Amino acid sequence: MADVQNTSGSTTAGSIEVGTAGAGAQLAGPGTGRTTVKQPIDARVAVKPSFDVNDFPVPTGREEDWRFTPLHRLGGLHDGTAAAGPRGEDKVEFTLPDGVTAETVGRDDARLGKAGTPVDRVAAQAFSAFDQALVVTVPKDAVLTEPVKIDVRGEGGVRFAHVVIDVKPFAEAVVVLNHEGAGTRAANVELLVGDGAKLTFVSVQDWDRDAVHVAQHNALVGRDASYKSVVVTFGGDLVRLHPRVNYAGPGGEAELFGLYFADAGQHLEHRLVIDHDTPHCRSNVAYKGALQGQDAHAVWVGDVLIRAAALGTDTYELNRNLVLTDGARVDSIPNLEIETGEIVGAGHASATGRFDDEQLFYLMARGIPADEARRLVVRGFFAELLQQIGVAEVQEQLMVKIDAELEAAV
Amino acid sequence: MATLEIRDLHVSVEAENGPREILKGVDLTVKQGETHAIMGPNGSGKSTLAYSLAGHPKYTVTGGTVLLDGEDVLEMSVDERAKAGVFLAMQYPVEVPGVSVSNFLRTAATAVRGEAPKLRLWVKEVKEAMAALQMDPAFAERNVNEGFSGGEKKRHEILQLELLKPKIAILDETDSGLDVDALRIVSEGINRVRSTGEVGTLLVTHYTRILRYIKPDHVHVFAGGRIVESGGAELADKLEEEGYESYVKGGASE
Repeated sequence: MADVQNTSGSTTAGSIEVGTAGAGAQLAGPGTGRTTVKQPIDARVAVKPSFDVNDFPVPTGREEDWRFTPLHRLGGLHDGTAAAGPRGEDKVEFTLPDGVTAETVGRDDARLGKAGTPVDRVAAQAFSAFDQALVVTVPKDAVLTEPVKIDVRGEGGVRFAHVVIDVKPFAEAVVVLNHEGAGTRAANVELLVGDGAKLTFVSVQDWDRDAVHVAQHNALVGRDASYKSVVVTFGGDLVRLHPRVNYAGPGGEAELFGLYFADAGQHLEHRLVIDHDTPHCRSNVAYKGALQGQDAHAVWVGDVLIRAAALGTDTYELNRNLVLTDGARVDSIPNLEIETGEIVGAGHASATGRFDDEQLFYLMARGIPADEARRLVVRGFFAELLQQIGVAEVQEQLMVKIDAELEAAV
Repeated sequence: MATLEIRDLHVSVEAENGPREILKGVDLTVKQGETHAIMGPNGSGKSTLAYSLAGHPKYTVTGGTVLLDGEDVLEMSVDERAKAGVFLAMQYPVEVPGVSVSNFLRTAATAVRGEAPKLRLWVKEVKEAMAALQMDPAFAERNVNEGFSGGEKKRHEILQLELLKPKIAILDETDSGLDVDALRIVSEGINRVRSTGEVGTLLVTHYTRILRYIKPDHVHVFAGGRIVESGGAELADKLEEEGYESYVKGGASE
């Protein structure tokens, strides 16, 4: 009986905040959602994007973009103390298919900073403090049959990183950036997707339990290019990622998928921005998270802006959370701001559900123990999203990781 | 031979103004190979009996004993009861999004049997059981109970009954909400399991309709949280004609 009683009682799933800016719950089709938004999306953020850390005041935690983040657990990434101290080491291993190059370059390399600009103090700190950048180039027209793999193992301490993935026109690549180990890390990752190119970028955060990781992913999607971002976050004490998309020409497509599993005490934050300022581009966002344990905290903020020029935009964003136990908290905030009604479609959905006692009872009444029942449900919850990734090898590897995570955690 | 012995079972639920006793001393013995129909009006507590035996956390046992072959069922967790051979076919089976029927069935069979069934034999076993219940094979790839019709849910419950082969099967209002064809198909499934002689069946029902297909050895009238009359199959005929009125007015409403 003990297993069942553990999950009985309160049916509240913790605090769920669903805010919408301007638009209603669902907007679809041309002519709907003619909401006039006077401020651009980044106006909610007090400071303009900048490469210089000194352009940003030290956050206090009251700012809109910092209000969910426990600043005292950032390891000093936000207030200059981390940058002032000594540096740690990373062990990095590459798997580079034929034709793909990986270079270590200095700060003055002309290829850096093209895909986007840091939007907060930690990202600007990373840009201001990194020593050398990594530039991975997939040449024009190259269609890779094997993924590019970058395996990063943090060996403690503080590090600032800068990575550029440059996929030249009409090339097709899958790039997997895997993070393991320990340390306090801040990074900017630039994803340049050339005209007609296809990039699937997978970022796995499988850190040790005490790691801190803050990163901004800037994708610049070329004309008729397609970009797929897959973010998988399991480990770390505090992980805060900023996947962002801009379009360099019409016809671009971006799909952003995310999976996260927050255990007791973990803070996992994903803040997405898709800036539709170019006509006839598409975006689709689907993030799913599971939480368990006391003070497990997931934050998901999805900002989509359709600017007046972005005629024919088609966008949808979705966030689903599954709360497995009491004591976990989810803040899920989709924002959709629309400056033109001449679009194909725009919508968003956010829901947080609880793995409830009735589901648990049903599975247990068929002989399935409580922990296995939870694993079964979470595995199914994630598998639905994994199937959408469309890269079989990546799906299989991620499923193996998910199974290992569930085996260890649930 | 497996025997389920229920003695003086008292069960309460948490209500707004404190615990409310629903079962007020149930005595019943079900042996392997026997079929007992538990019949009673709405609110008599017959579903509470079914869920209490399976260990639903909503119900608190405040007195009495339940033994399966001498083992204390009330001390077992929900999954342990299932592994010991207690099966509850639910009136309202729960949707489990993201978990396919085939994955669910195999996980359950592995848990109950103590080892994973051999894949080839298992696929055949499931296929045959589904065909017997006139279930489309595509069913196996759907998520558990998600978007199932009432009839599909009940067939899915009986499919599990056939695959998990319990010692004691508790069927809670399996007949409710079924049209005549579905009732026949589901009843045939139950009869296939009964015909093995290896299961004791506790058929909880409000209506006598299902008893046209499934002949009980014993019929018990449930009212006011206990069994108020027991008899053979002929008792069901009496209920069919007279209804529950005499029991509700009589000793039940205390």
